[in-house]
Amino acid sequence: MNRLRQLEDQSVYILREAYKHFDNLAMLWSMGKDSTVLLWLARKAFLGHVPFPLLHVDTSYKIPAMIEYRDRLAREWRLNLVIGQNKEALTAGMNHTLGRVTCCTALKTDALKQLVEEKGYTGIILGVRADEEGTRAKERYFSPRDKNSEWDFRDQPPELWDQFKTAFPEGTHIRIHPLLDWTELNIWEYIKLENIPFIDLYLDRGDGTRYRSLGCAPCTFPIKSTAKTVDEIIEELRHTTIAERSGRAQDEGRGMELLRKDGYM
Amino acid sequence: MTATTAKPTEHLNIVLVGHVDHGKSTLLGRLYADTGSLPDGRLEKVQAICRQQGKEFEYAFLFDAFLEEQEQGITIDTARTFFTWNTRQYIIIDAPGHKEFLKNMISGAARAEAALLLIDAAEGVREQSIKHGYLLSLLGVKQVGVVVNKMDLVGYRQEVFEGIETEYRDFLAQLNVVPERVVPVSAKYGDNIVTRSERMSWYRGPTVLETLGLFRKETARAEQPLRFPVQDVYKFDARRILAGRVTAGRLKVGDRLVFSPSNKTANIKSVEAFNIEPQPIEAQAGQSIGITLDEQIFIERGEIASRQDEIPLVSTAFRANLFWLGRRPLERGKKYVLRLATREVDCEVAAIHRIIDAADLNQRQGASAVGRNEVADLTLRAKSPLSFDLYGSFETTGRFVLVDDFDIAGGGIITELVHDEQEFLRDEARRRDFAWVKGEVGLEERAQHFGHRAAVVLVTGAAHTGKSFLARKLEAFLVAEGRHAYLLDAENLRRGLDADLSQSQKADSAEMVRRYGEVARLLIDTGLIVVSTTNPFGLAHHQVIQAIRTLVHPAPVIAVHMSKTEEEPPPGTDLHFAGPKDFDAAARRILEELKRKGVLAHAIGAKPTFQYSI
Ligand SMILES: Nc1nc2c(ncn2[C@@H]2O[C@H](COP(=O)(O)OP(=O)(O)O)[C@@H](O)[C@H]2O)c(=O)[nH]1
Repeated sequence: MNRLRQLEDQSVYILREAYKHFDNLAMLWSMGKDSTVLLWLARKAFLGHVPFPLLHVDTSYKIPAMIEYRDRLAREWRLNLVIGQNKEALTAGMNHTLGRVTCCTALKTDALKQLVEEKGYTGIILGVRADEEGTRAKERYFSPRDKNSEWDFRDQPPELWDQFKTAFPEGTHIRIHPLLDWTELNIWEYIKLENIPFIDLYLDRGDGTRYRSLGCAPCTFPIKSTAKTVDEIIEELRHTTIAERSGRAQDEGRGMELLRKDGYM
Repeated sequence: MTATTAKPTEHLNIVLVGHVDHGKSTLLGRLYADTGSLPDGRLEKVQAICRQQGKEFEYAFLFDAFLEEQEQGITIDTARTFFTWNTRQYIIIDAPGHKEFLKNMISGAARAEAALLLIDAAEGVREQSIKHGYLLSLLGVKQVGVVVNKMDLVGYRQEVFEGIETEYRDFLAQLNVVPERVVPVSAKYGDNIVTRSERMSWYRGPTVLETLGLFRKETARAEQPLRFPVQDVYKFDARRILAGRVTAGRLKVGDRLVFSPSNKTANIKSVEAFNIEPQPIEAQAGQSIGITLDEQIFIERGEIASRQDEIPLVSTAFRANLFWLGRRPLERGKKYVLRLATREVDCEVAAIHRIIDAADLNQRQGASAVGRNEVADLTLRAKSPLSFDLYGSFETTGRFVLVDDFDIAGGGIITELVHDEQEFLRDEARRRDFAWVKGEVGLEERAQHFGHRAAVVLVTGAAHTGKSFLARKLEAFLVAEGRHAYLLDAENLRRGLDADLSQSQKADSAEMVRRYGEVARLLIDTGLIVVSTTNPFGLAHHQVIQAIRTLVHPAPVIAVHMSKTEEEPPPGTDLHFAGPKDFDAAARRILEELKRKGVLAHAIGAKPTFQYSI
């Protein structure tokens, strides 16, 4: 069987397990390629429906085209969109010049924590992949977070035979990662296979650069690339040796490790 | 010789077992080097380093260096390496220490389809090799190649090899393991690894490389009989879709399915999918799919669909090899949650036959608990019957996990069905259900119409505990609420249906329960809530409860026990009243239980919503 279909079947299985076991479930959607593939997989799993809300943690610094794209798909796919924002921090003037880790913590991690607490979600589905960077490789498909959203990766129960941790004590919640086994290349191959709509910021629109990963405008930089189509991206990825998130400032130094331990997605 | 660079079309998981120092790394180093699988210059580089450090070059170093390189960027908790030859990729799982190894093996981090087992020719068959043999049989690995290494140390002598071969074959035979091949080699000097040894011209069999090629890929799962465990039932729109992943075999529109353990049957009407044109009409092992059926039958998560002539086993008990990872030991008699495919059921350890210590592979008998990182051969007993397969025949439906305190704490593979008391009645129920002549009106339609599902409320207890008083009250309450209920007293059967039986026939308690259960089954099919007081039929209460449950399965049976004083209710009891004064309250309590179990829709007239389905 085709590798992409295998990945799809596994992700669909995980999504269905999540939906079966969590009454208060939500999926994080950043409009990037990964979480959009994840959203598409949810439509696969639930035969065209998306039976849980999609959370967008809005830092207010997202590139405008992303918001347009978000609202268009939400309409067309009849999505239940829930938007979270750390208004307090924004009012107090939080921005990346105060320190990237500080800014991400306030506007993403804290905003998400607030949203999870307010809505009482017990399961959050995220589009992280194991190949993105070191710490993510230690993740499980179903990964518990304690009351403070903290994650102890040394003390994780095994995931045997597609049996996941779906029961948990009061006060914890579970993060669900259906894309763990996917690579960046798989994501693009799948976008092509299924013809999934994506933001054109990922393509070179004439200036010889494109975004390989999308985040907030001030902290995401395009890479040099002349890939103008999905096929060209796929070709490029087959040969690149540069890390995917090299255009993401937060990964410098030990940023990501710190962020993840505290509950960053 | 050079390695094929073509993309592999097949993958095969191989486990390499052998005592430390028997030459595993050397063997792998040789395999890579002699097949030209190493990157250019690698061999020379390691040789140069050895010269520099004044060490003798070892193929093991070569392999270790290579492994480090291969692992970069890949994070896996099993030590495994990849080796491609003739369009087949071998994923070679090394056993660094027994503990981790066993955990990884049993946890399925790496399921081995075949094993290479190393024996040191100079040492002969020692305790370690014996233990490794046990290990392979425990893991259910059926294809085994035995490699007798370090033949150079015994002067490449045929009789030494043959002695070891005979001894080890005899031993493996006791475990029902038949080695494909036994190969004499010297990993250090490259004899019979990739190239045939001139120093052992007496040996005519395959080299290690050829032995790898002889391992068969397991029957593709798609070619096995169908297994489709139901994961969920969706009603997002007018369609009622059974979702799940086909774990073996294939299915297509029009196929007749049997669901186990409920014995329900229906035909596949459609295979549902999103964004696939044209709509698929079939699916096979590995695929996550949705199907609709031509009949509205209640199916719930955990049932396994198959074809009628290839149904899975059904019992409340089975024997298994289990690996325990829990923080607390696994104790006999304690309750655990068992999860098998999509089924979840309470269970307990009925017996621990033997325990194998993962660190030294020593065996222990007569234990009452299994400690962390121990492997046990044990019997599990579930609270209600479940369907499963033997691991030897089916991978996914032949293995299970146990959950202790929210965490997955152990995994096991099923080796044997254990017969239980209900087997006879279960067979009867199954045969009867398969052949049941149905009308046009299904159970679901009746349930919609009546506002409740069919069920049995079985009141047990000694004489003069108020059993029949409560049963009558309950029937009256139900009917007053607009439910369709009927009091079935065994005495009525005795005088009617059983009137032609002789006294001695009437004294056959098991037969009397069977008849009673079959009448209840008929009434269940009419959609009624059957309220019954059992006179004990001369059987223990729990036996009656069990027998009725088996016969009306999968309709719910709510077992209510009455006693004059506080006492331990029989196993399987749902509600217990000790010397109740207020019978109205007791009857209301039963109504609540019926609601909780999803038998009663919450309000009459409102469209019933069922918690779970029959
Ligand atoms: N004489 C001889 N020594 C060997 C042979 N194979 C391995 N050895 C030696 O046995 C030792 C252990 O080998 P190694 O591959 O590291 O064993 P492992 O612990 O099973 O991986 C090393 O010193 C090897 O050189 C062989 O065929 N003949």
